[in-house]
Amino acid sequence: MPDFVQLWVYLSSAPLFGLTATLVTYVVAAAVYDWTGRAPWANPVLWSVIVLGALLVATGTPYQTYFAGAQFVHVLLGPAVVALAWPLWQRRAEVRKRSVALIVAALVGGISAGGSAVLLAGLFRMPSEVVRSLASKSVTAPVAMGIAERIGGVPALAAVFAVVTGLVGALSAKYLFNLLRIDNWAVRGFALGTTSHGIGAARALQVHDDAGAYAGIALGLQVLLASLMIPLLFRWLA
Amino acid sequence: MTALRGLALLLLFQAAGEGLVLVLKLPVPGPVVGLVLLLGGLRWAWIREPAQAAAELLLAHLSLLFVPVGVGVITHLDLVSHYGAELIAVILLSTWIGLAVTALLLRAVLKRDSGKEPGGA
Repeated sequence: MPDFVQLWVYLSSAPLFGLTATLVTYVVAAAVYDWTGRAPWANPVLWSVIVLGALLVATGTPYQTYFAGAQFVHVLLGPAVVALAWPLWQRRAEVRKRSVALIVAALVGGISAGGSAVLLAGLFRMPSEVVRSLASKSVTAPVAMGIAERIGGVPALAAVFAVVTGLVGALSAKYLFNLLRIDNWAVRGFALGTTSHGIGAARALQVHDDAGAYAGIALGLQVLLASLMIPLLFRWLA
Repeated sequence: MTALRGLALLLLFQAAGEGLVLVLKLPVPGPVVGLVLLLGGLRWAWIREPAQAAAELLLAHLSLLFVPVGVGVITHLDLVSHYGAELIAVILLSTWIGLAVTALLLRAVLKRDSGKEPGGA
């Protein structure tokens, strides 16, 4: 028994733990997701996060210990964003022709997602730092944290809001689009990427090639537009 | 091997993007600048072929890459519960508003632009 405890202490302090736990959990979650025919509620990010979060809490493992291993997965987000150039390049002629429509939709869609959150939070009389952390909720988490910092929000809150927004979109967009009778995959993917950034784009990539490509475009546009516009808008309004 | 060469290329483009952001003090993240740079480089087959292999691998498993951040967020969930059901309502409603506005607007603009859209939208 002491040997087991020693082994556990060793394993859980080494980077091996975070990396192994992340991959094993995700592989199982992804298999279940495929088995359900990729049902939105079986989203592998959602279930991996719930299982790993519960594991950390149950074993009293600090997030830093987990991240020491999980960072090897996390750093791949950078090259994955660069990789979005590939689906975009494949559709370059079509995207160029639609560029004005896409930029207008990204701009108006992004403002309505962030703006409605700010307005609703204002109506509920939430504290100013919470309202400011909500503005960037439709931008991928690391960027959302940077924006929140610049406009007087709380970076940790902004990351939470961004991830929850990503998951809400990935889980519910299918039903909303079906309700609105939006059957064009490019349009569905673009809206999901605009509102629910990387987590939405990951879902779109799993569902349809066109949806994935347009979600990637939307993700990139939203990062550009939000980084430029949100600090400007807050300076004008404040 | 092609995918590995592609990953090295993607990292080089990201590094170039990060460098440009630092030097020119751009208000956008380095990987997004790397995306734009790679878009320019994809016309050459020696970049395109490995980049395609690595991109297809990474993008097929994109959702895995959000798990570490997501777990960090779970440890901060008390921040959300502190503000209660109103905050949940704000996030749900604003996400649905964003999805609906973007989708309906894009569909309308594309329809007006071309008259006939593939997919019958």
